[in-house]
Amino acid sequence: MALEYADFTTGEPVTDTKSPTGPINERWDTRRFEAKLVNPANRRKHTVIVVGTGLAGGSAGATLAEQGYHVVQFCYQDSPRRAHSIAAQGGINAAKNYRNDGDSVHRLFYDTVKGGDFRARESNVHRLAQISVEIIDQCVAQGVPFAREYGGLLDTRSFGGVQVSRTFYARGQTGQQLLLGAYQALSRQIAAGNIEMHPRTEMLDLIVIDGKARGIVARDLISGCIDTYFADAVVLASGGYGNVFYLSTNAMNSNATAVWRAHRRGALFANPCFTQIHPTCIPRTGDHQSKLTLMSESLRNDGRIWVPKATGDQRPPNQIPEDERDYYLERIYPSFGNLVPRDIASRAAKNVCDEGRGVGPGGQGVYLDFADAIGRLGRKAVEEKYGNLFDMYARITAEDPYTVPMRIYPAVHYTMGGLWVDYDLQTTIPGLFAIGEANFSDHGANRLGASALMQGLADGYFVLPATINDYLARHPGHEDITAEHPVVQEVLAETEDRINLLLAVDGDRTPDSFHRELGELMWEFCGMARTDSGLRKALERIPQIREEFWRRIKVPGTGEEFNQSLEKANRIVDYLELAELMCLDALNRAESCGGHFREESQTPDGEAARRDEEFSYAAAWEFTGTGSSPVLHKEDLVFEYVHPTQRSYA
Amino acid sequence: MKLTLRVWRQRNADAEGAMSTYQVDGISSDMSFLEMLDTLNEELILKGEDPVAFDHDCREGICGACSLVINGDAHGPERTTTCQLHMRSFEDGDTIDIEPWRASAFPVVKDLVVDRSAFDRIIQAGGYITAPTGAAPEAHATAVPKPDADFAFEHAECIGCGACVAACPNGAAMLFTSAKVNHLNVLPQGAPERETRVLDMVAQMDDEGFGGCTLAGECATACPKGIPLVSITAMNKEWLRATRKVAKR
Repeated sequence: MALEYADFTTGEPVTDTKSPTGPINERWDTRRFEAKLVNPANRRKHTVIVVGTGLAGGSAGATLAEQGYHVVQFCYQDSPRRAHSIAAQGGINAAKNYRNDGDSVHRLFYDTVKGGDFRARESNVHRLAQISVEIIDQCVAQGVPFAREYGGLLDTRSFGGVQVSRTFYARGQTGQQLLLGAYQALSRQIAAGNIEMHPRTEMLDLIVIDGKARGIVARDLISGCIDTYFADAVVLASGGYGNVFYLSTNAMNSNATAVWRAHRRGALFANPCFTQIHPTCIPRTGDHQSKLTLMSESLRNDGRIWVPKATGDQRPPNQIPEDERDYYLERIYPSFGNLVPRDIASRAAKNVCDEGRGVGPGGQGVYLDFADAIGRLGRKAVEEKYGNLFDMYARITAEDPYTVPMRIYPAVHYTMGGLWVDYDLQTTIPGLFAIGEANFSDHGANRLGASALMQGLADGYFVLPATINDYLARHPGHEDITAEHPVVQEVLAETEDRINLLLAVDGDRTPDSFHRELGELMWEFCGMARTDSGLRKALERIPQIREEFWRRIKVPGTGEEFNQSLEKANRIVDYLELAELMCLDALNRAESCGGHFREESQTPDGEAARRDEEFSYAAAWEFTGTGSSPVLHKEDLVFEYVHPTQRSYA
Repeated sequence: MKLTLRVWRQRNADAEGAMSTYQVDGISSDMSFLEMLDTLNEELILKGEDPVAFDHDCREGICGACSLVINGDAHGPERTTTCQLHMRSFEDGDTIDIEPWRASAFPVVKDLVVDRSAFDRIIQAGGYITAPTGAAPEAHATAVPKPDADFAFEHAECIGCGACVAACPNGAAMLFTSAKVNHLNVLPQGAPERETRVLDMVAQMDDEGFGGCTLAGECATACPKGIPLVSITAMNKEWLRATRKVAKR
């Protein structure tokens, strides 16, 4: 029975997903064939704005420019090479079946739908699995130095939630190498004059004219100059919103402004409560903590996770005998063991820590132990596989993971929710597309390891370039817009007013102090375990923080200069609204699924209990004003190929 | 810990800069160097002063944004990025000098932030393999000997932070440029553009106003990713080979 929450209304369901019907393995071909094409000679007359230069944005910008479109691209970093995709460590999935271990496109599709706890759209996921094999080809052709075996062929490894070895990797720096591949392709197009690149320029709003996305407002972060840019279509590849939690594995400046501003302009926002808490991060050390660092999931291939059997056992790990250790994942989930999906591993870690069996400062940690692996494979082999991760761990904690087990604890890592998109990756604003982590499409309620890189590149290299053609071909004659257009003037004025107001308050609290407060609230009430009463508390508190923010924020300096405090404060404005929608969505979804765990909805043995009859839908929210009730539109999820079952990794 | 910081302050690219002195207290040895600067900035904001601008993003040593010269060393006393440097590398009561990268090809934007777009232009000149999307052959069509793949990876690890330039007495960008040339030139996929790549990238590097290389070796010592000095000699070999080959055509 769904809980009633008065502060939203339910609107019309979303019915048109543009997904073709017919056999699932033919749908992508069908869509591509039915999509209209733009004559190559006409493409240069079309301008496409791409916001972001990560795996999705970088690959999309390069590919659209190769096709002949005029691309205008933005990133807030000083170089497109620094987008946060660069920090992805573990690998990228592809159904190549090079191991002959029973993998196939269908199995990758099945694993992803199941891993996402049956909250993703089947058509999209199948397409992703199909495209995965082309991505590896593309990246190898670009010179991405994937790990290879002595015979010169590509190596693979296993990741959580699957029983085949389909993850391609470049030591612990797969994201870096894939991103540099996309960045280099982008650089080639910049040099060719096909891309107008604006680094250190941040999108602050979306320009919608006659119901269509026609441009953006962006601020030059060096001069502070706020300007408008126009196009025939706008692509948001601005990443996820994990930094709502303040502490996360996201880069410090990763933010939700582009997607949230698009949402305010009419794009529906789907499943905002689906956030991924990654099980293997380095625990925090104190209140000064500014961000959390991930230790790749690939470590769970060889590391064994344990805590002492007894509560409050303060002995150093090497003095705890084998029979007094609880390898709890291996015990509870014998067939997947340490390789259960992320949501399950995270929750299990929380449970043992809640029982008082956590290790390290504050009892907020569990051991990830490589003693067995070092004994079995030798230190050199372990070093070869994970050397850079071990070095990073040692640098941060001043402990040697070769001799002392690592301590890990879950942290916010990825957001499965995002702008609602149809099969074409188009949002509910015509001409506005969202790709990569910025959209909600492929991972359901939980993303499997090594699937973010796959999705970002699938969207950017292959899906969007095919589908955006169709939109541009159907809207060939956009009228020219100038900065004098009344809508443009209005959006620009709103942006300037917001910036000026932030500078004018001159209160007594720093941007970080508000961000930290919001983050702690979200971690407590909208983190790994959520309850009706907790979410209601958060929903009561967030508007109060927002009110206080606008009364007490202090932003030094001016808007006409390089001003990092102003950048931060402006991003927090959007977090303070998005956080509320996340909590509302979490409250409405009175079931547990994937990364969304509602304590009221669990099986007798403490596993997430889905409630398909009520919640087998994507929740797409419509904005109606700050602090006013949003409208919920449901997209019913239909499973024709993978029958929803209670996930079991036991 | 209580520390004295002497920090380069410069309002913008055109303004004069100078070192300013600040005291910070209550610094924990578990803090990263950037978290120590966060602490200073929080205090400055509340005092109504302009916080110190510095580049940073991932804070896990991979994006290459952070870029501080600490006590005269690019990225400070440990062989790592500034963001991965922790305060346990310092003593209570220390005085720490913090400056931006110093190189004429990297003009200061504000305080400790510099403009490294010259690096992007070097890559644009040829630091890629032409492989338009969709045109790729099957990944296993060409096996790459493991030693070559490992050599490529070792050079591909460069994060483009610019420490090599900041550490070089000549402000040269040879290590950065050679890392990309070697990564791509050793691979079979990179072979068709092998000559133009090295010639064009080196030419662009010279145009950007980087200094000449005298093999002082400071770059490889400062590199947080351990790009080896032989990378430069390998590139010189590539460049000579390409020059001869192009002259013959």
